[in-house]
Amino acid sequence: MNIIEIKNLKKTYNDSEVEVHAVNGVNLSIAEGEFAAIVGPSGSGKTTLLNMLGGLDDPSGGNILIDETELSHLSSSDLINFRMRNIGFVFQSYNLIPVLTAKENVEFIMQLQGKPKKDREERTYQLLEAVGLKGREKSRPGKLSGGQQQRVAVARALASKPKFVLADEPTANLDSKSTENLLDIMEELNKKENITFIFSTHDQRVVNKARRVITLEDGKVISDIRKD
Amino acid sequence: MKANFKLAWRNLWRNRRRTLITVGSIFFGVLLSAYMSSMQEGSYEKMVDMVVKYYSGFMQIHHEEYWENKSINNTFELDPKLEQQVLNCKEIDYVIPRLESFALASSENLTKGVMVLGISPGKEHKLMSLADRVVEGKYLEKGDEGLIIGEGLAKYLKLGVNDTLVMISQGYHGISAAGKYPIRGLIKHPSPDLNKMIVFMDLANCQEFFSAENRLTSLVVNVKKLDDLNKSLRKIRNNLPAPYSIMSWEEMSPDLVQQIESDRAGGVIMKMIVYIIISFGILGTIMMMIAERRREFGVIIAIGMQRKKLATILFFETIFIGLIGAISGLIVSIPLLVFQYKNPIPLTGQTAQAMEAYGFEPFMFFSLAPSVFWQQALTVFIFTVIISVYPIISANKLNLIKALRS
Repeated sequence: MNIIEIKNLKKTYNDSEVEVHAVNGVNLSIAEGEFAAIVGPSGSGKTTLLNMLGGLDDPSGGNILIDETELSHLSSSDLINFRMRNIGFVFQSYNLIPVLTAKENVEFIMQLQGKPKKDREERTYQLLEAVGLKGREKSRPGKLSGGQQQRVAVARALASKPKFVLADEPTANLDSKSTENLLDIMEELNKKENITFIFSTHDQRVVNKARRVITLEDGKVISDIRKD
Repeated sequence: MKANFKLAWRNLWRNRRRTLITVGSIFFGVLLSAYMSSMQEGSYEKMVDMVVKYYSGFMQIHHEEYWENKSINNTFELDPKLEQQVLNCKEIDYVIPRLESFALASSENLTKGVMVLGISPGKEHKLMSLADRVVEGKYLEKGDEGLIIGEGLAKYLKLGVNDTLVMISQGYHGISAAGKYPIRGLIKHPSPDLNKMIVFMDLANCQEFFSAENRLTSLVVNVKKLDDLNKSLRKIRNNLPAPYSIMSWEEMSPDLVQQIESDRAGGVIMKMIVYIIISFGILGTIMMMIAERRREFGVIIAIGMQRKKLATILFFETIFIGLIGAISGLIVSIPLLVFQYKNPIPLTGQTAQAMEAYGFEPFMFFSLAPSVFWQQALTVFIFTVIISVYPIISANKLNLIKALRS
């Protein structure tokens, strides 16, 4: 079952006098439980595509349907709520809230959702254990390594039980051991809990793990390979 | 809401030194403003005391022509019905009859114009605490045929207790007034001006001197609570028959009221300058806090926090800075001003002389009026609320993509 349908998606920037087609007529379907990587050279439109898919940026044309909800039909406030309930984000620079502990960072999104404390704590401990951070619940981001912070970010992205997780260059700032570790965790979560992961990446290790590789160039999909 | 508070509070201490410097600027601003206000209000209170508690009382009933022409001829006979009518007003505490005029006082070769105040010794003590101000000799008794005079006047005329003061004046309807009176006591009147010219006599003795039997220039009317002054003034004024008129101390001393108001306005301008400088300091801190966290705000909104919720957190952060500064400023200023209230600063040299020349005691007095404190807290709160508009606008206008790339 497809959870994401992208139809003729376009994003054009009018910086200075030159029109830049960052995304130029992309058509894609992503099914539940996929572990997909979007690859391509710098400037190929990977991040722009991911931003539009996450409802962070408005397309210049085309449609994005997530579970039959057309993103462009949502108001700004509804879009934020939609993201909160349906999309998990993992950023390149972890982007945890520095004044909150690992536990509080994971719990944060569930607080926004208004979930009861008991449920929040149960899910938080479960997720931190899943990403191998049991015992580091009270550590603030500054006391964690880059790899550990990124694992907290993954736990945070999964906290709201999203339909899919968007990860923009999640391993770019990690050493190889942390990268391997993080990818194993995400792969395991994908297989065990059927969580859909969509990466944008330059990292060959991520590409190797991905079961579907979508290659972009000049804002267009030039190949879409399923490994299964 | 609790989570918002917690997040705002923790954010505040991300850059501890910067927050402390900002809080410190508010602390000193509040302290300075409270000190300045207390000093101003203290001097006003003293001025008002000088007029109200040591001379005019809160209100006075006169003959309707007396205030325009303060002549002994514009006096009135004390009507017990009038007195009762005033006392029936529940806000009124007591009334004091007075006969007041001027005379020429002399001893040996020295003469001086004096203010003669015919009083009921017991009642007048209630208002002016006169008996406590006798520095030599004794206070007047009811029906006393002697008088008490200001210490400064006694010094000028080179007179002491049991000496005789000779006075001449013009009595009721032009009758000559002359008499010699034994001095029962010397009084140190808090008003340096009156101290050099005041003569207190028993009311009956004074009426006899001015041939104005049973006549009064004024009936001092005092309220139980200052807050009831205007209410009781209106009540009495509405029911007062001719030929009487009633005036509040503010109406009797318009120059003083104007002086206080203009001085207060000057103080407000000074305090506003202080607070505006502080506000720019707070704004600078808030702008830096926001600039540093733009990316974080982008992430928070991306993962699902509504902009208005983010704005609320930023609002709390701003308010916390203001509150911490204001509360710490008040915590220090309250005991400091209590100490200064109990220990006014004595003035010396030319400043003291100038104060005395204007009829004031040469001290810097302080006030503990609640407004001295709550006005500072309120001002800081208003300024921080105004400043908090900036982070609210920033949160609402934040460009998500730019913030995430920053």
